[in-house]
Amino acid sequence: MSAARKKLILVGNGMAGVRAIEHLLKLAPEAYEITIFGSEPHPNYNRIMLSSVLAGGAAMEDIIINDLEWYKSNNINLYTGHTVTSIDTEQRKVTTDKGIEAHYDELVLATGSDPFMLPLPGADKEGVIAFRDIKDCEIMQETSKTHKKALVIGGGLLGLEAARGLLHLGMEVSVVHIHDYIMERQLDEAAAVMLRKELEAQGMKFLLKKQSEAILGKKRVKGLLFADGTVEDTDLIVMAVGIKPNVALARKSGIEVNRGIVVSDYMETNIPGIYAVGECAEHRGIAYGLVAPLYEQGAVLAKKLAGVPTEGYAGSVTSTKLKVSGVDVFSAGRFTEQPGSRSLRYQDEIEGVYKKLVIEDDKLVGAVLFGDTGDGAHLFSMIKNGERIKGKEKELLLGISSDALGASKGNRLEGMADDEIICGCNGVSKGAIAEAIQSGGCTSVGQIKACTKASASCGGCKPLVEGLLQMYAGDNVVTVKEGICGCTTLGRDEIVAEIKRMELKTVKEVMNVLEWSNEEGCPKCRPSLNYYLGMLWPEEYIDEKESRYTNERYHANIQKDGTYSVVPRIYGGVTSPAELIKIAEVAVKFDVPLVKFTGGQRLDLLGVKKEDLPKMWEELDMPSGHAYGKTLRTVKTCVGSTFCRFGTQDAMGMGIRLEKAFERLNAPGKVKLAVSGCPRNCAEATIKDFGVVAIDGGWELHVGGNGGVHVRATDLLCVVKTDDEVLEWASAFLQYYRENAGWNERTAQWVERVGLDSIKQALEDPQERLALVERIQTALSVTTDPWKEIVNTPDLRKNFEQITQPATETV
Amino acid sequence: MTKMLVGKVTDIDVKGSRKLQVGDKEIALFKLTSGEVLAVENKCPHKGGVLSEGMVCGSKVHCPLHDWRIDLHSGDVQAPDTGHVTTYEVEVDPDSGHIYLTM
Repeated sequence: MSAARKKLILVGNGMAGVRAIEHLLKLAPEAYEITIFGSEPHPNYNRIMLSSVLAGGAAMEDIIINDLEWYKSNNINLYTGHTVTSIDTEQRKVTTDKGIEAHYDELVLATGSDPFMLPLPGADKEGVIAFRDIKDCEIMQETSKTHKKALVIGGGLLGLEAARGLLHLGMEVSVVHIHDYIMERQLDEAAAVMLRKELEAQGMKFLLKKQSEAILGKKRVKGLLFADGTVEDTDLIVMAVGIKPNVALARKSGIEVNRGIVVSDYMETNIPGIYAVGECAEHRGIAYGLVAPLYEQGAVLAKKLAGVPTEGYAGSVTSTKLKVSGVDVFSAGRFTEQPGSRSLRYQDEIEGVYKKLVIEDDKLVGAVLFGDTGDGAHLFSMIKNGERIKGKEKELLLGISSDALGASKGNRLEGMADDEIICGCNGVSKGAIAEAIQSGGCTSVGQIKACTKASASCGGCKPLVEGLLQMYAGDNVVTVKEGICGCTTLGRDEIVAEIKRMELKTVKEVMNVLEWSNEEGCPKCRPSLNYYLGMLWPEEYIDEKESRYTNERYHANIQKDGTYSVVPRIYGGVTSPAELIKIAEVAVKFDVPLVKFTGGQRLDLLGVKKEDLPKMWEELDMPSGHAYGKTLRTVKTCVGSTFCRFGTQDAMGMGIRLEKAFERLNAPGKVKLAVSGCPRNCAEATIKDFGVVAIDGGWELHVGGNGGVHVRATDLLCVVKTDDEVLEWASAFLQYYRENAGWNERTAQWVERVGLDSIKQALEDPQERLALVERIQTALSVTTDPWKEIVNTPDLRKNFEQITQPATETV
Repeated sequence: MTKMLVGKVTDIDVKGSRKLQVGDKEIALFKLTSGEVLAVENKCPHKGGVLSEGMVCGSKVHCPLHDWRIDLHSGDVQAPDTGHVTTYEVEVDPDSGHIYLTM
């Protein structure tokens, strides 16, 4: 008997609730039929990254945690843009503002919190916002284009991050704060003053000890009036004075609410079957507003729902890190002194470093770090563990000078227990990271991040991850750091390995997962990723034409005046009078100013207008010669035994056969072939990527030649007897090149880099050779003629034409 | 200043471009990943490269001739090169998807 799945409804599509669902899916994937309601029109996104979006470090799409595909593949019914308006706790059903009703067996409230808006007169004016969601970010970005001055009310964590973002957008920013120093809930005065000076140096202004009284302006905000009678002009006010748990729905549904929704250690509310998690919940009197506690709660809830034993949630000690560029601030635990506590301080105004440790009963209970936060995670774990530090106080405070840092860090990391959490955002333990390095083969922080998610959110634990990498991988740590382009530090082999390991399937995915520094890459990395993905997944990958160079996008060669040249394919360089007449007629019809033989014995029609290209191709009705791509160009031939008195083999026949076999092949660089019918080598086959020279009773196969800038004569790969063997070796060589060379690396460079012997060795094993042949055939089987495709596809063809002729409209 | 209806948002591929002739000026219209449409004079200040044929990365276009990088919002050539391309005001009607160019 198959038990019907229980119905689980999650109200709120934010970080805390969805995190709990992620856990639940791992623990009990079949247990529930899951429905999620979210008020925002987006899939689940990383709210703590909003400040990075605003500061320009990340794009909106970069902060999506679970895209729509994730919901789909986990069979979750997702309703975005739906707000649950009531819960019938008797009937166990919820109703949304759009009239949807849904029944539940278990209900999770993860309604989060709302920004606290000061109830000032005029707070409803245009230009008064909070800093809470994507919409707020968008308003700030829009406003910065047309307006100059911004005021941020609130000198706490959120306010400073908002202010830094507005500075980045080019606005003049003042931070209004009621207290006499900023971030008073996280910092003591000394650290706060150092922070303020640093931010002032970045261009931020501060209005301290100021109480806001009213917001001025007619429709849109014009200024802010303070209790002391002064007025500050402004075009935008961002309120960042705190958050309040969103409890309205719970309250009206009869669920017990204090400041937040009151929950037990198992995240249960007072109503059976209803749970609360995240910023809306109040646990042992505390409603948390930071991500780590919410994730800890989510993990407990998931276990509870999955029926996995758990000790429950016992509350969190929190730490804070300011995500503002150029400033390192960290605080954790109770950092203010109280009766019975003692503190140690270190202050260096020259280096801009401040540290403070608060100790009670020989235990560390709080810490504040400014300027050098490298020890933050370590101190934080000591605070959480409550270990005795008697006799080690000074070492903890001072044993972190830059000289001692390297040595002492290793010792501390070694002493750390395996289950100690390194990355608090994602709950990654020291043991999990060690495993990723030791058995997972990770050799860089990027790989560890891709593998375990450690340091993937706020990045605060990155120094520790680096330390662990050094400790476990030692000499294997990849120190290269000259990536394939300026957007990444990863080299070709690492990228290809990661694409394979994680089965990455799109350019965007690669850039995201491997942390590209430019969100959309550059003309170096984009074509190379496009090539690697197509090479690795020939049957699945859809070529990204926007990641190809102009020539390959328009399938013709752009010339210096913006016109193009067209080279129809002529297999083996062998044509017929009828074909020549056709080419000539098209050239006349389209006023082609210049016709020239190419270096590979084809006809080049130069000076063609882009708009004329599809029509020309249509009239030519010949395949593309691919004279523009990183692909098989031409197979040059001599006359061979057909007419030549010295010819020993049919060079033209072999050339045509090779050209037809490898036509349209994508490769790391352009590929040129030649076939000479006798050792006189009239087709100059020994300066080609793959050269075939006929000898009496067989063929010599040459590789790695180039007639371009760096002239290189080929190396002899082998001598074969039959025509089929020529094809087999050519296929295997080209595929091996496709799989192992870097993008844009011609065979000549590649052969010199890896050595002919390694290539010979790889191809000599008949089984391996045939496997390569099979793989190249798969790759070739999915290619199409690009000219035909464009001629027959209006959506591709439109790009060759001018956009609709302008029509004047009234202004 | 004239405001012209020049086409629809769907006429341009994402990270793609279309060009049009207005009097003696050739204009390139680009559509970014965000959906934003931007217009610049279709001529690189370096050697007159046709910018509409270049690769679009973020909000920059790379000239197809010598890889000069131009910011499509400001028209500024990016370091290490220097120069400027004329930009034109574009409005997109969110309902009809019509693109209006003012020049």
